[in-house]
Amino acid sequence: MGKPDETMTTGVVATLLKFVRRCIIAVLSYGPMLGHIAFIMDGNRRYAKVRSMKEGTGHRMGFSALIASLLYCYEMGVKYITVYAFSIDNFKRDPSEVQYLMELMEEKINELLEKRDVINKVKCKINFWGDLDMLTEPVKLAAQKLMASTAGNNGLVFSVCMPYNSTSEIVNAVNELCAERRDIAHKEHLGNCNGHAANNGAHSDISVADLDRHMYSHGCPDPDIVIRTSGEARLSNFLLWQTMFTHLQNPDPLWPEFSLRHLAWAILQYQRVYPYLEQNKKLAKKQL
Amino acid sequence: MLLSQSPAATHPQLPTSSSSSRRTHRSAPPCPRAGAAPAAAASLLPPGLRAESLPRHVAVVMDGNSRWARARGMPSAFGHEAGRHALEETVRLSRAWGIRALTAFAFSHENWSRPKLEVDFLMGLFERVINDSVAEFLRDGIRLRVIGDCSRLPASLQRTAREAEEATRSNSQLDLTLAISYSGRRDVVQACRSLAEKVRAGLLSPEDIDESLFAGELETSRGSYELLPCPDLLIRTSGELRLSNFLLWQSAYSELFFTDTLWPDFGEADYLEALCSFQSRDRRFGRRNL
Repeated sequence: MGKPDETMTTGVVATLLKFVRRCIIAVLSYGPMLGHIAFIMDGNRRYAKVRSMKEGTGHRMGFSALIASLLYCYEMGVKYITVYAFSIDNFKRDPSEVQYLMELMEEKINELLEKRDVINKVKCKINFWGDLDMLTEPVKLAAQKLMASTAGNNGLVFSVCMPYNSTSEIVNAVNELCAERRDIAHKEHLGNCNGHAANNGAHSDISVADLDRHMYSHGCPDPDIVIRTSGEARLSNFLLWQTMFTHLQNPDPLWPEFSLRHLAWAILQYQRVYPYLEQNKKLAKKQL
Repeated sequence: MLLSQSPAATHPQLPTSSSSSRRTHRSAPPCPRAGAAPAAAASLLPPGLRAESLPRHVAVVMDGNSRWARARGMPSAFGHEAGRHALEETVRLSRAWGIRALTAFAFSHENWSRPKLEVDFLMGLFERVINDSVAEFLRDGIRLRVIGDCSRLPASLQRTAREAEEATRSNSQLDLTLAISYSGRRDVVQACRSLAEKVRAGLLSPEDIDESLFAGELETSRGSYELLPCPDLLIRTSGELRLSNFLLWQSAYSELFFTDTLWPDFGEADYLEALCSFQSRDRRFGRRNL
């Protein structure tokens, strides 16, 4: 059960693999490189089941695959990576599995905090997108600590969606925007009573940009591709607002099997349709 | 204010979260699972399809008309006319196989950027299609609805659409929704504006807004009969692997089916393939199968 990055660090085979990796990355860099990849990391449990492993092993191997993908993306010049780590719907799973996942997340977050080699290598800024109040207290604190300790980094931006639902994100943005408008209207009303002129802030029509400002993803460009592993073709309430022009891919490998060659293939697919995607984006943006 | 149709209310067997948070958004997923499609006798279904696992609501992104026409050296109008026939066939099959609702993405808000000649042709085509189809809708029990930003549509098309909606209001065999000048993001924004107005008027507070209430403000939830705003299956033709701003909120849990077939060529075989693919999917809604 070796981790992918460990096998690459020793021996002739490792050197050869490193050379091949550099070649693949060099070839890909001839085409347009994407700025933002999002992953729906599906298939951890099935991976363990198929190999008759203990159920939690699949998730652990999935984490290794995630770190490996992060490093490959960084080498290729991808600036933003977003992953669907835990959906709000996943709370409906068996309580023992939910607890295991919470403990695993806490363990891995603390590992990143303590070891820091991955973070330092890619100068990673880590965000957590989701309602952190839904997490158990130790996980929430660890997540907040990790965000704070990487806030000043200016390299790869790694956004972890947990616990997350796109519909919750939209409703949260609507709540905040409505509250903001109500407060502005209230201040204007007080201002009017005191004889000050209204600045019309509460009455201007709400726009796409206004809602965008309150999304967790504000400040991050929309994903260029969303990759959902294990062959399932649905978004499962992930980044619905942000994927207007995103290229959707659903390769068959289960998430722990996702490797450099799958990533390279995904990028090649994107580069193939890039001119058409860009043309449509330009036309669409005229109407936004 | 419309009574918002909470999926949990219409489908009581769906589990809800037991979280005690004050926020009620942690409830059943916004879209119910596919159940048995009513109406169709098993004998009407082609081999390979099972009535109990058909989607109740299918959405189609009718992409590829222009490319189809270009491949034949014809103007895009030719492709759009051919696309009309493909839609009519899809409506006929949906009704025959007992699919409860069909939503077709006829014209997106982004399509206003197309050449004026093409846009004018399409507006005329929509009006002709709706006019020509009303009698058939009445005969076959099809209820028509048009969603989208109607303010940009020609007045005659708006009138035709409203009259057809009115005439077919009491039909119940198939709900056909045409999305014309529709944008998923704009739908979300208009729902937000509507709620912000209610907050401003003191009718509710921002904390009252949950997923169910929000979903009730979307265009697809308008009309007292709308119980199936969310597609179980979303089909996109012509090989485009994108959602392109269609039914953004409503397709949260939709199974996606992408086919390289251009829309005018989409027929019974392609529809069958999409439905068979849907039947083989394992829909978990974030949970595990028991």
